[in-house]
Amino acid sequence: MTAVPAKQVSNEKVLLGDEAVATGALDAGISAAYSYPGTPATEIAEYLVRHAKKHGRPHASWTTNEKTAYEEALGASMVGRRALVSMKHVGLNVAADPFMNSAIIAINGGLVVAVADDPGMHSSQNEQDTRYFADFAHTICLEPATQQQAYDMTREGFDLSERFQVPVVIRLVTRLAHSRAVVQVKPPRPENDLRKAPDPSKWILLPGNARKGWQALLDRLPDIREYTETCVHNVLTLNADDRTLGVITTGTARNYFLECAGQLKTMPSHLHVGAYPLPVQKIRKLLDHVERVLVIEEGYPLLEGQLRGLLPEIKPIAGKLSGELPLAGELNTDLVRKALGLSERTATVLTTLPLPGRPPQLCSGCPHQDSFKALKDVLKGFDHSLVSADIGCYTLGALPPYEAIESCVCMGASVGLAKGAAEAGFHPAVAVIGDSTFLHSGVTPLMDAVAADANMTLLILDNGTVGMTGGQPTMLSSSGIEKLVLGTGVKPEHFKVIEAHPKKTEQMAEVIRKEIDHRGLSVIIMVRECLETARRSKKKVAS
Amino acid sequence: MKRDIIIAGVGGQGVLSISTIIAASALKEGLHVKQAEVHGMAQRGGAVVSDLRLSDSPIHSSTIPRGCADVILSMEPLESLRYLEYLSPEGLVVASESPVINISDYPELESVLAAIKNLPRSVLVDADGLARKAGSPRASNMVMVGAVSGSLPLRQDTLESFITEAFAGKGEKMVQTNIDAFRAGRALSN
Repeated sequence: MTAVPAKQVSNEKVLLGDEAVATGALDAGISAAYSYPGTPATEIAEYLVRHAKKHGRPHASWTTNEKTAYEEALGASMVGRRALVSMKHVGLNVAADPFMNSAIIAINGGLVVAVADDPGMHSSQNEQDTRYFADFAHTICLEPATQQQAYDMTREGFDLSERFQVPVVIRLVTRLAHSRAVVQVKPPRPENDLRKAPDPSKWILLPGNARKGWQALLDRLPDIREYTETCVHNVLTLNADDRTLGVITTGTARNYFLECAGQLKTMPSHLHVGAYPLPVQKIRKLLDHVERVLVIEEGYPLLEGQLRGLLPEIKPIAGKLSGELPLAGELNTDLVRKALGLSERTATVLTTLPLPGRPPQLCSGCPHQDSFKALKDVLKGFDHSLVSADIGCYTLGALPPYEAIESCVCMGASVGLAKGAAEAGFHPAVAVIGDSTFLHSGVTPLMDAVAADANMTLLILDNGTVGMTGGQPTMLSSSGIEKLVLGTGVKPEHFKVIEAHPKKTEQMAEVIRKEIDHRGLSVIIMVRECLETARRSKKKVAS
Repeated sequence: MKRDIIIAGVGGQGVLSISTIIAASALKEGLHVKQAEVHGMAQRGGAVVSDLRLSDSPIHSSTIPRGCADVILSMEPLESLRYLEYLSPEGLVVASESPVINISDYPELESVLAAIKNLPRSVLVDADGLARKAGSPRASNMVMVGAVSGSLPLRQDTLESFITEAFAGKGEKMVQTNIDAFRAGRALSN
């Protein structure tokens, strides 16, 4: 991807929302950044890893998964440095354990966790809303509406994290993460000095300490609420002349509202929320002022749900829960127009030609194609079979012409699913997982399978790359993965490594067939480098 | 003044490069710009689209509302028809006539081209042919930038300066090829 050249004026840059977060973190004086790749958050860490390669500091690296990324960032905070950890929304499920607990340990160096949600599921398996996680942890969530806010809020997030001693969440959505606009940057702040957390008992969450930490967080909440009540991110504008409608927007929903607002007869009173916990006083002021309110938020109806509560509404509330806006999918200007009562725009230029879809595909010559061909050939010989699979380019094996896999649930799930199916009496149960996903979350269920000698066959498609997110490096080389698998106790006679190659599909099929026939656990690694990775390293050598 | 442009194609055709060059030129000329891209899954040989919005006043949404696009610029004929609901009644479609047939149910090419010709305002461009003439079939996306440039509120030299910048790392010959490709496209738009 070609980057937009920065404008010549030195304090203006053209940045993706993701890159604005990265730049904000750099200018806030971070000492470290960690991440596992995941759309739409990948470009945050890509920017920082590139920056680190060029300038040496701050440290920025990919990690094995989001949990390890979070813990490494927490380590930097423990010794007083600022650290950024970034991930996609479902990555926070993986990092949920350190995230939830880090809210009660009295953060030392500023810790910001940038999480990119994917409403509309452009590249994800759900559209969960990270604002609930921030609420769950009782911490601050900042939700930028623009690239400029992504920069400003990330910068400020580190100050807030140190001031209130909590991890601060920056919640992005796809349309911000992957859109470019001009950002004004400010002079960078230096890195923090090393200063170990002064009171280690706060970081030792033994029940006695944890109770104190939890109480201390609860005691800080009034100050945190005072901040969100008065901060510049929550803006209330009352229209003294018109009391009919109030509009509440959150995050990027404001963009769609402003896009339509000019066409309304009068500008409604408007509260924009960009910082959580919710500014209750401002919400009350708006509701006192208007007859009815429309809530427009990208994601789940978090604010709307709290506003409605359990008891009868004090005023009519419109939003996602009452059907004015859809509960599923991402917002856009057209949906918001309709919710505001403006006339719908209809398409006028049409074609009668039926348009077939054009889904993403495996690259021509991709080694996964050979693995799927071999596997399909073997399974033809069985009346029934189960192929659980995982998350990566090879998930495209669900689509024609392969139609070779039957599940994609979460990172690493293929292994546990196959083991569970096998133990429920199903045979053959085959799990298909990529090398990076295996390292991310497939090793632990493999240990379960080894301990039980589960009657299943695990295929690890090893292309040495995190492919789907654009070709980031994996944490272990092919030989490292072999040693790891054997180290878990997989029987050497049922551990095979074979090249994934179009000329070797019969040989591959033979190995798979034999191992499926083995009543117990087998692991087969099908190995060939990702074509894109090979192309990139060739280019590097040439230049 | 505003120009809402939908740039469409298939993963790998250089859709983002087109978007980037037009966006950089618009910024240079003092316009407000927002550009939405698709990353990740959709890039692998699938349909790719980028919304590019230029205006002399601030822009709020990065995506283009239905019926508002002034131009659909497509690197591929079938893909130019996918986003018609976003085209304004006076909108223009500029499409390459060279298909990328990587799906089994691709319609008859003749019917696709006929559907484009039947639109109120459309231009079909022999992008691959003109790019080959300019020196490289890979410069077809710059032919398309040229072909749409007459409909953009941007100066030719500004666009050319950013094409030069984009290809500078690949040597003088590649720069010239891409400039020539751009000019061949531009000749069609005048």
